[in-house]
Amino acid sequence: MTIKTVKDAINDALVQSFEEDKNVILMGEDIAGGKGREQYQGTQDAWGGPFGVTQGLYTKFGGERVRDTTIAEAGFFGAAIGAAMTGLRPIVELMYVDFAGVCFDQMMNQAAKVRYMFGGKQKVPMVVRTVVGAGFRAGSEHSQTLYSLYTHIPGLKVVAPYDAYDAKGLLLSSIKDDDPVIFMEHKRLYMTSCEVPDDLKPIPLGKGRIRKEGSDVTIIAIQRMNLFAEEAADELEKINISCEIVDPRTYSPLDEELIFQSVKKTGKVIVVDESNPKCSLASEISSLISEKCFSDLKAAVIKITAPHTPVPFSPPMEDFYIPSTKKIIDAVKKLKDV
Amino acid sequence: MIEKEKINWIYKKIFTIRFFEERIKKIAKEKTVPGYLHTCIGSEAICVGVMAALNQDDWISSTYRNHGHAIAKGCELNEITSEIYGRKTGICKGRGGSMHISDFSKGMLGSFGIVAAGPAVVLGAALQEKINKSNKTCVSFFGDGAIHNGAFHEAAGLAKLWDIPMIFVCENNGYAEATATDWHLNTKELSDITKAYDMLSYIGDGNNVFEVYDISKKAINEAKQKNTPIFLEFKNYRFSGQYEGDTQLYQPQEEIDKAKQNDPIKLAKENSSKYDLNKNDLEKIINEAKEEVDKAFDFADTQPWPQPEDALEEVYVNYPVEINR
Repeated sequence: MTIKTVKDAINDALVQSFEEDKNVILMGEDIAGGKGREQYQGTQDAWGGPFGVTQGLYTKFGGERVRDTTIAEAGFFGAAIGAAMTGLRPIVELMYVDFAGVCFDQMMNQAAKVRYMFGGKQKVPMVVRTVVGAGFRAGSEHSQTLYSLYTHIPGLKVVAPYDAYDAKGLLLSSIKDDDPVIFMEHKRLYMTSCEVPDDLKPIPLGKGRIRKEGSDVTIIAIQRMNLFAEEAADELEKINISCEIVDPRTYSPLDEELIFQSVKKTGKVIVVDESNPKCSLASEISSLISEKCFSDLKAAVIKITAPHTPVPFSPPMEDFYIPSTKKIIDAVKKLKDV
Repeated sequence: MIEKEKINWIYKKIFTIRFFEERIKKIAKEKTVPGYLHTCIGSEAICVGVMAALNQDDWISSTYRNHGHAIAKGCELNEITSEIYGRKTGICKGRGGSMHISDFSKGMLGSFGIVAAGPAVVLGAALQEKINKSNKTCVSFFGDGAIHNGAFHEAAGLAKLWDIPMIFVCENNGYAEATATDWHLNTKELSDITKAYDMLSYIGDGNNVFEVYDISKKAINEAKQKNTPIFLEFKNYRFSGQYEGDTQLYQPQEEIDKAKQNDPIKLAKENSSKYDLNKNDLEKIINEAKEEVDKAFDFADTQPWPQPEDALEEVYVNYPVEINR
């Protein structure tokens, strides 16, 4: 057992995948850094992406497989699709998910659809690694989560791990997966750590996880919201309210059974999602529960999300934007009294 | 011959931007302000030289590296600084932050954090000027990294096709994030890419504010006269990292030392006698610039924070239901 940060766990999964399969390649902007200055010592691998997640891969596996790109996402995302269809297993880095807009066509209309519309003859085994999340004072164009944007598209799989254990196990699976996978890494979680076995097996996509068992209220928490859910559950335990925390981990496919089992047990549900509320994972999960577990519900599902605004820059406003432990506690108390 | 008033303005602005960015570097180190900070040390001459050729109500777009453009375009120093500090009295009411400093009333269409987002927006403003037979100049600033992005090329193609007299200003500062420009270019000169659009282009020394001014002024006249877009490439050096806190490991010291010989501030100082600016006058301008910058930072530090609920304002012009709290 080793304690690993999310950042290191992801790097480990990448290294392991590169070693296991020579068809795995990585493309992105400054995933190494220092291109064009190789003749100077100490310039190689200068970045490893803006958060240093891919640092060391260029040195270890070389520029043929670890390719710095220009700022041309549509180009290298499209290239990943063709490379994937013809035998490679490309991983592309979208520096911030907010940049999805400049290469969304590649994911929405090509990666997601070629298998289906060309008669099931092709597959597109590619992974998009991208950075999501508010709380970094990074403003409106570097702080979104956009989970539901990709989840909405048939043909794409969507993964959003909370801790280092899941990050490693799910990334290993995502790279082995034969479908295009959007792997979302939360910038506020990179430096959080937990125990990660060195020989961790890939965690199957579509399997959620109960982070804490409880009996009074179910909290379904998406990615970083697990942190607040755990804090809230600990607080509430002191006043004898027992919360069950469900972390779906992957959103397409979604582990509906795990969610329904918990709802059947408690009959009271809160969904916590850092995204904007309209057509969000929170509204999707809430509607599924209403549809499939109506008779088990003792109260309407409560959604805790960001407001219907872009992410503001200034700390007081950004803190207000992000769901909080307090908001979860208040919601649980409200449900408890039902 | 440049009028005296303009020369003074140029000197005042170029020093203001340098002092401002040095102060930003300092507060970044002290971690006294939230968020990402991108400084433009080395780009001052481009910001000021181009803007010297514009009127206040001409249109520009900028990027996440926008402090210099905003200062040169006439945005209030106090408001810029307060925005960076995240305060309610900031130029974007604290909603934008350093990456999005922009004042529409000063002719800024926006400072966009997405690389190559600006040119097409400026194209639209220029189209409006054409349709309304108005004559405001429209300029888009972007870095060398942007020239690989589709949005830039699509804007360039349309601008030429539609005979739009907009000015593309590429700050070729040697690096696209942490990637050297000489590596990422496929052509000998960056501006060679305009050949595909049969677009006029000129290359200038981005360290020499008077050369930038001269080229910009001529290009604006030529663009309007010929009804055609023009691409300007100004070469300079990005002394700052991609962002404050960047280790800059990829920028070799000997390269930085060499670039320092052409530091735009150094060149401006050296050239001052050519423009009849005596030592006393120059010193006075420098002191004023420094003082104004210091005052702006003192001001920002005392400004009130926004209320949390302010986050809900101005998402729409008009929205018939209350935004979800």
